Amino acid sequence: MEVFVGVLTIFVLAIFVGFEVITKVPPTLHTPLMSGSNAISGITLIGALISAGSQQTTLTTILGFCAVVFAAINVVGGFLVTNRMLQMFRKKD
Amino acid sequence: MQVAIINITYLLASVLFIFGLKGLAHPRTAVRGNLLGALGMLLAIIVTLIDRRIISFDMIIAGLVVGAAIGAVLAVRIQMTAMPQLVALFNGFGGGASVLVAGAALIEAGLLGDVDNLQLTIATVTSGIIGAVTFWGSLVAFGKLQEVISGNAIHFPGQHVLNAVLGAIAVALGVWIVLNPTFVTAYWVLVGVGSILGILLTIPIGGADMPVVIALLNSYSGLAAASTGFVLSNNVLIIAGSLVGASGLILTSIMCKAMNRSLSNVLFGTLGPTEATATADEVYAGKVKSASPEEVAMLFDTARRAVIVPGYGMAVAQAQHAVRDLANLLESRECEVEYAIHPVAGRMPGHMNVLLAEANVEYDKLKEMDDINPTMAQVDVAMVIGANDVVNPVARTDPSSPIAGMPIIDVDKARTVVVVKRSLSPGFAGIPNPLFAADNTLMMFGDGKKAVLELIAALKES
Repeated sequence: MEVFVGVLTIFVLAIFVGFEVITKVPPTLHTPLMSGSNAISGITLIGALISAGSQQTTLTTILGFCAVVFAAINVVGGFLVTNRMLQMFRKKD
Repeated sequence: MQVAIINITYLLASVLFIFGLKGLAHPRTAVRGNLLGALGMLLAIIVTLIDRRIISFDMIIAGLVVGAAIGAVLAVRIQMTAMPQLVALFNGFGGGASVLVAGAALIEAGLLGDVDNLQLTIATVTSGIIGAVTFWGSLVAFGKLQEVISGNAIHFPGQHVLNAVLGAIAVALGVWIVLNPTFVTAYWVLVGVGSILGILLTIPIGGADMPVVIALLNSYSGLAAASTGFVLSNNVLIIAGSLVGASGLILTSIMCKAMNRSLSNVLFGTLGPTEATATADEVYAGKVKSASPEEVAMLFDTARRAVIVPGYGMAVAQAQHAVRDLANLLESRECEVEYAIHPVAGRMPGHMNVLLAEANVEYDKLKEMDDINPTMAQVDVAMVIGANDVVNPVARTDPSSPIAGMPIIDVDKARTVVVVKRSLSPGFAGIPNPLFAADNTLMMFGDGKKAVLELIAALKES
């Protein structure tokens, strides 16, 4: 229960931080914000790495492997495509 | 000690994510913001690898290589016009990963006898449902945008009842799993129910409502990650997930406001002509004036200020480069050109901005609706290309219209309006647009790119 209250506190505070940080995004950046934040949500990769590497059972290892693949697509693809888009938004001289 | 190092690094990664997102909210700092986010992710990955629970790296390396390669190829190869479906696809993979990680954690908890842990079981159930809805919902959104399946709204009788029944089954199954956590098969049944729900909830959303659903799925993918964080009691997952969840919700709310509709109306309502809607014949008969590129070129010849209003049709016609060439030509003739961007123009938030940025249009020329509307009366020529409902004046004038109260770009107030469009067919709302029949409007029928190129040729000859 104490662990739960601890993580719940972090969850609620992080939601508030999220709202504060992202208010008033200029519409120009809505797409890069979405794809960039999407890459960050690929953080599940951390959990996937442990599932794939801890070798509890064959099934969990396979699940972990698939999860690593999915999350890595999300993370690598997300950050790269966001960077590609943002390069286009740079002011032209 | 090792655990402390890992957790402190996770804290550092979380701080980098917050700075990264903050950076993404401003054009000047966005590139650095994205890099900070990526750096945070890299740190979190590296430090996770020293976790004592990891005893073999084979599967990890194989998975990382395969995933990174697929992600990199997709990111580098994708055309800018296909960006909405790629974002949808990446969202889905994040949700799918959460489902699998939570499932594996439930199996491990069963082996270690940790199944009385209510936080773990409840969070596993939540991850399973949200993750499955995100994965399948995103795949359906991808299919619609890629036109693998019909991009229109698909409705069938009893849809809401079926969704409600499935939702109730999911909740009941979830409760049952919390009470009987060792029976892991039930979790996969729950994921199956969530998958059907994800498909059914996304199928009825189509066309111009896609920006809302993409933003919402973005939020779900964050919440799924946060929920998996509760499964693993892992702070960095919870923080990163809830940041993204909040960001997606903000975008969702901006999109809904830009259509003057509630989220539940977008998700569950239907949009279409009502009894009171005027028919196309009543609106258009005898009043629509068609113009040749030469006639439009003469208009632009004397114009001092022009505004271009792009819509999804510009993306479909891949006309963004031609539009940029037209704007450059006009500017070389002392005509000021700006772009008026409606928040829901296109198929995802900011879609038009990305396309125009690809065509090397400077972002300070892209004006928001609220900034450009007050100056619309001083515009000599407003050119609408591939947009319809977002410039339909009935949103202001007819309270019984399905788009009543939706903020629009007031092109009808400009001195002359040129509409580039294939035909008089209605937009997503399914209603005729009196703008096309207005006294100051000229229709230039044809494919967006071809029409703009012809216009450029005519301008150069005059």
